Amino acid sequence: MLRMLATLLPIDGGRAEIFGVDVRREPHRIRQLVGVTGQYASVDEDLTARENLWLFARLQGLTSARAKSIAKDLLERFGLQEAADRPLSQFSGGMRRRLDLASSLITRPPLIFLDEPTTGLDPRTRGQMWDTIRELVTEGSTILLTTQYLDEADQLADRVAVIDRGRKVAEDTPDALKSQVGDSALQLGLVDGSDIALAAAVVRRLLGEEPVLTPESGRMNVPLPDPDRAADVLIGLREAGLGISSVSVAKPTLDEVFLALTGHGADDETAMEAAR
Amino acid sequence: MTTMTTLGSRRVDASVLVARTKPRSSFRDTWVQTMAMAWRALKKMVRKPEQFVDVIIQPLLFTAMFAFIFGGAVSGSVSDYLPVLIPGILAQTALTVCMATGVQLREDMDKGVFDRFKSLPIARIAPLAGPMIADLIRYGIASVLTLVTGLLIGYRPGGGVLGCVGGVLLTVVAGWSLAWIFTWLGTRARSAQSVQGISMMIMFPLTFLSNAFVPAETLPGWLQAFVKVNPVSHVVSAVRDLFNDGTVTAEVGWAVAGCAVVVAVFAPLAVRSYSRKM
Repeated sequence: MLRMLATLLPIDGGRAEIFGVDVRREPHRIRQLVGVTGQYASVDEDLTARENLWLFARLQGLTSARAKSIAKDLLERFGLQEAADRPLSQFSGGMRRRLDLASSLITRPPLIFLDEPTTGLDPRTRGQMWDTIRELVTEGSTILLTTQYLDEADQLADRVAVIDRGRKVAEDTPDALKSQVGDSALQLGLVDGSDIALAAAVVRRLLGEEPVLTPESGRMNVPLPDPDRAADVLIGLREAGLGISSVSVAKPTLDEVFLALTGHGADDETAMEAAR
Repeated sequence: MTTMTTLGSRRVDASVLVARTKPRSSFRDTWVQTMAMAWRALKKMVRKPEQFVDVIIQPLLFTAMFAFIFGGAVSGSVSDYLPVLIPGILAQTALTVCMATGVQLREDMDKGVFDRFKSLPIARIAPLAGPMIADLIRYGIASVLTLVTGLLIGYRPGGGVLGCVGGVLLTVVAGWSLAWIFTWLGTRARSAQSVQGISMMIMFPLTFLSNAFVPAETLPGWLQAFVKVNPVSHVVSAVRDLFNDGTVTAEVGWAVAGCAVVVAVFAPLAVRSYSRKM
């Protein structure tokens, strides 16, 4: 679908508008407004990083000198200046991805499509990619990002749309989506596992909720309709003289949201998000 | 100076940006884009010099081989055959280079970078025409080498230097025009191998069912009919006139007209099928 919006594929049904421009009728205008970075780095393997950027800048109507200076700026910004004149065959996956993103930013398009930009990247490179994406958003770009990693959507997105088998099944902010699915939960670990029945009694008395117990490890999970009341439970346990070894309040994750919305795991579907 | 602050602000008025876009690439833009793509193709040529093997080996090998094998049979002697053969070999070599154009385009289109070319606001013809401009160098090398090989084994063109320059130029133009057929094939076929295969099937009849290697009068009538409309025949005849007599005959006009028709038909076809693909 992203490929259709980016004019890489013909639209097979319906119509689409970006900033009020019809994608099918005026693809040339759309291409000036949208930058695309794909899952597979779309840069030229036979050119160096600098040559790639120069070529893409030149193709978009910049003068040769301006293209050179933009290439230099982008190489610096994406930490590629040392590798700038090496052949791309020596680039790592993360470097290629960064160059690819840099190539999409030459004309500073107001809308950027990122198609699974972190798929197959190691955690450190993914973190760098996230930082770059956040920077772009701070600078005023609108980013439409697809991802299979729901924690990525949670981290980066202002709005998340969940796509299941080609149809949008939900769209909202991450928090609103999560609150649709259910409540937060208080997870407690006790110093002495044999106290668990006493602790459960305290919870029942204070919250009127039934905790889920895991006696083997002395842990319990308390549903928390109102996260503010977590403190009440902790105070109640201290008053009862029960030691706590660990405590955390967890909101439902987007993974749970996805499962609840679609009734199955995230295998062939993609969650989409738009950050603004 | 309140307007300055809006530049860095989060909300940018989309309608302003839309108004700044152009509905299509202007002629000048298209030219700049095509030259940028030609630059890319040149860079690739320099980095992969093995691409030049066909334009270097073929003129040397085929000129010498055909001259000594067919010379006696067709014209009585090698030296009498050379004025007939050299223009024929030129045309054949140019067609081989055309074929490589189509195959390379197909290979290129399978790469990720073509996704980016498609997503950029550039004229759809630029990615096709760019490499073809760089290929002019290949046609030039092949033509000059063929001529030089001919000179070495005893060819003395009667048209002199000007005639030879004219003949080589015409070959380059013809090669470039016919390459649009193979470029179109490149945009349509599924794989580089299939382009190669189909191109062979087109190239062999085009070169051998022409007057490139034998006088057309020796062929059966039905074959002569095809040979007469084959654009390669006209190119070969025109190059012969230029090389051997140094005269610009009606054949030159026919050859140029034929090339123009090929470009007029196949360039739009190629651009259309390229825009649809992927």
